[in-house]
Parts: sequence; structure tokens; C-alpha cells
Amino acid sequence: MSILVFIETEEGKIKKSSREAISYGAAIGEVTALALGEVSTDELATAGQNGATKVLHAADAKLNSGLIQPYAEVIAQAMESCAADILITAKSSLADAIVGRVAVKTGAALASNVAALPDTSNGFVVKRSIYTGKAFANVSLDADKKIIAIKKNAVPLKEGGGVAAVEAFAANLEDSMFGTTITATEKAEGDVLLPEADIVVSGGRGLKGPENWGIIEDLAKTLGAATGCSKPVSDMDWRPHHEHVGQTGIKVAPSLYIAVGISGAIQHLAGVNSSKYIVVINKDEEAPFFKAADYGIVGDAFEVLPKLTEALKTALA
Amino acid sequence: MNILVCITHVPDTTSRIAFTENDTQFDKNGVQFIIGPYDDYALARAVELRDATAGKLTVLNVGEADTEPTIRKALAIGADEAVRVNAFPSDSFFVANQIAAVAKEGNYDLILMGRESIDFNGGMVHGMVGELLGLPSFSPVMKMDIDGGNATLSREIEGGKETLEVSLPFVAGCQEPIAEWKIPNMRGIMSARSKPLNVIEPTDNTVKTSVSAYVLPDTKGAVKMIEKDNVAALVDLLKNEAKVL
Repeated sequence: MSILVFIETEEGKIKKSSREAISYGAAIGEVTALALGEVSTDELATAGQNGATKVLHAADAKLNSGLIQPYAEVIAQAMESCAADILITAKSSLADAIVGRVAVKTGAALASNVAALPDTSNGFVVKRSIYTGKAFANVSLDADKKIIAIKKNAVPLKEGGGVAAVEAFAANLEDSMFGTTITATEKAEGDVLLPEADIVVSGGRGLKGPENWGIIEDLAKTLGAATGCSKPVSDMDWRPHHEHVGQTGIKVAPSLYIAVGISGAIQHLAGVNSSKYIVVINKDEEAPFFKAADYGIVGDAFEVLPKLTEALKTALA
Repeated sequence: MNILVCITHVPDTTSRIAFTENDTQFDKNGVQFIIGPYDDYALARAVELRDATAGKLTVLNVGEADTEPTIRKALAIGADEAVRVNAFPSDSFFVANQIAAVAKEGNYDLILMGRESIDFNGGMVHGMVGELLGLPSFSPVMKMDIDGGNATLSREIEGGKETLEVSLPFVAGCQEPIAEWKIPNMRGIMSARSKPLNVIEPTDNTVKTSVSAYVLPDTKGAVKMIEKDNVAALVDLLKNEAKVL
């Protein structure tokens, strides 16, 4: 099967979620990756590590920022050009906005939030996460072309492959596609992106105020983790909305989720129920979050967290 | 301004999820249905924009007759009229086709919906509708200001947000904090009963996906509690049992 994987870069590097998407594709067929905008050829060649044999690169500077319409158009052109049966992307803020358009352009059947490799024993069936992580649906993709947007940790990351050949892709861009302008971008630099993170440390109202976030950040830094927060914390503007984890915020799927001073309302749990392991630290032993946790500590965050950070520093040294 | 808001009829966020008929049907027993929380944000912003421009606000739901109380709630919140496409929303492409067909008739300046439904969480319909109509589409939109034929949008990206300048019409998938949820007042509830709710049949029955079975996740084991003075024990468990460090 011929597979195209749309990959995204962040600060010049291929995102880990895109490397997972390549790994997913390599498990079912021959992978050509597609990168848009200016990125170094050396970096793109490393897509081979994860199983891509070739990378198509539409290097036009007009594609440097993620514009929804032109991206959808270029991806559809690339699917056509390499006669791809399947398009795979990692689920992301950008991919979510694009793939519906690509599906209409190409007539493909589309499934997002896919959590495992397809079952091809009878048709083409993927397991996707539904009801905000509370269940799965086995969904049959009933068109010749298929598009799959995968969740984090849908497959193990494949490593140790070769070097991919990078080829220029001459996309047919028309001015009419560029009717939208991005006038400003605000982005935290150097931070681990929340949806990409293998470890997430989140704080809730138990932290008492934004001025106390240092202990969350120290723990996160020690673990190479991203920081998150509960809805009340984001509603009160203690932390920005892009850190809000939960039903109406970001849904995360890290290997380890550490919740500090978060009671565990069902809407928060909906955002974290795909985590492999959950640690809850809360001074209220009745906090409902403990029922969803693997490990729990009843204690005051201001007392426990500095000690935990120190112990981890020693253990990871 | 003429606004179309598409709403889903979904289980309340606190619902227990279960399946019947050999895991092929959602078990509606005891489940409270609501307007999708993201759709509710889109609706709230649409009410504000309609009020500011003396326009018209239509809500659209693709669903069977049991969704009508949810549609009436949207009318009580402030929509002027409603359309229900009489069909089960089985597939995102099918739903997008119905929305596009209604939108083509209505000459809308704005087509809003939630960033995703909270039952199937696909988040794909806004893009499909945009493509079917040949309009730009944006998601997740967390701020929307309209000035005549132009709009300034704030779209959430990973680790931040971007500001976009676009011209109307367009399609947007919305999320907080685009507006505060609105709670219907008594006058709204009374007037909702007499507002028009037109039921139409689907125009195109193409589907591209089908569900063969639903599966519940494995249940979690019991939590291991660790004494607060023994953080070293937690570090040991994370390292040697969970193997996540």
C-alpha cells in the first residue's frame, strides 16, 4: 500500500507526534512523508529513522505558517501525485483543521483519534477513541482512499531506520488560496508542547494562586515535562487556555500525568483518561481523582512537591 | 448578519457510557442529553453577534426527533429559528453534506459550530463544510470580532495562539473563551415554543464510514497510596514498576 504521511515541524525539528505517524505508516506499507515550508533537508532526511523511504518537500516560503486552505490543497495534490491510498497524520491543532478539507477534495473516508493499527482482515477497520476517551469505536473506512489522524501513543515509535531521500515537491499554489493572513502568533518558546509531552505536570486550585506555579514548573523541568492546569485555573487566568487540560480543553495522552491540587472533576478526567500512569497529589483524601489514579499521595502540595522534585533530581542524575 | 449555528445533541459530560445490542448501540438509558459544550460556545457568540447587528440566527441539527428538546433549548437561548435534518448523524461526511445543503440555501455570513462533538470527537465537520462550500474554515477559534465584512479571529495553536484576518463568509469551529455560555431565561423558554422548527429530509445519503462495534476501555487497578513523607517510594514505583522515568 502506498502511504503518505503529513509531517509537522516545530522550531525546525520534526515533531515527535509526526515521527509516530511515520512509524504507524511504516507498519502498514511504504511511507512517503510530506513536509511543507522551509525546513532543512538534513532534518527531513531523519524521517528515515522512523521508516519513511522518501520525503516530499514543498519548500515554498509561503507555506512557512500553517495556513489551513493552502495546506489542504498541497496535501491533496501530493496524495494525487504519489497515488497514495492512505494519508496519515498525527492529530494536532493544525491537522484537525485540515484533514476534513482533504477528505472532501480526495473523496477519502476519514477517521480521527485513531488509537491502534488497522485491522485489515475484513476490510479496513480502525479503533478510534470516542466519548472523550470513555470508549472506543471500531470504525470501518469504506472508501478507496483513506485518511487516518492518530492519537499520541497509537503505536510505539520506530527508530533506527535509514536516511530518507528528500525530493522537492512543486505544489501548484494559487493566490486565491491565500485569502487569510496570520497577523500575529503568540507562542511559548522552548517549552515542551502539552499535546506532545510524554510527561505532564498539572496544577489546580489547590496551588492557591498563579504566583505559586514555580513548584509545578520546577517539577516539570526536572522531568522534561509540559505543564498543564485545570479549567478553574485557566478560567481565573492564572494560566493560559492552551494549558487547560480537560473535556473542553486539551486532551492529553502522556505516559505519566501528575495532578497536583486538582480534585478530579469528571470533566478534568475526560482530558487525562488516555494517560498510561496517573499520580495524584492532594491534601484532601476524599478527592475523587484518587479513584482514577495509579499512585496517590495525601499531602500538602507545598510540602510534598519540593521533596518530590529533589528526590527525582537525585534519581535522574 | 445572517448566522447559521450547527449544534449536536450529545450525552451530558458526566454521563456513564455503556452500550447495548451486543455493543453496537449507545445505551441512552438514564442519559441526559445536552447541546454540545463547544456548540454552546458557538451559539453564545452567535447570539451576541446577532444582537449587535440586528441579524438573524438559525440553528441546525442533524438528528432524529428525540433531539428536538435540545433544539428548543437553543431557541430559548436566543436562536430565531431552527432546522432539523431528519436523520441519525452516523458519519462526519454525511453530516457535513446536510449542513452544506442547508447553508447553500440560506446565504449565511457565518457558519459556526463547536470545534468537535463530545460523542464522536471527530472535529472534522467544519473543515468538510468549508471545502464543500468553497469557503475558508478555521478551528479551534477562541475569539471572533466582526467589523463589517471582515473578521479578526484568534485560533488556538499548540503552545499558544495566532491572530487571523479573514473576510466573510467563513466556517468556524469554536471553543472557549469565545463567549460565556448563556442560560435560557423564562421569557426565552416561553418564546422558544412558538419559534419555527422546520424538519427537512436529508439530501444525500452518502456515508464513508460505519461502526462495527463499540468497546469500553480496560478498568484501572486500585490506586497505590504512598505516605507523604516517603516520596522516594513514589520515585521507585515510577522508575521500576511503571517504568516511565
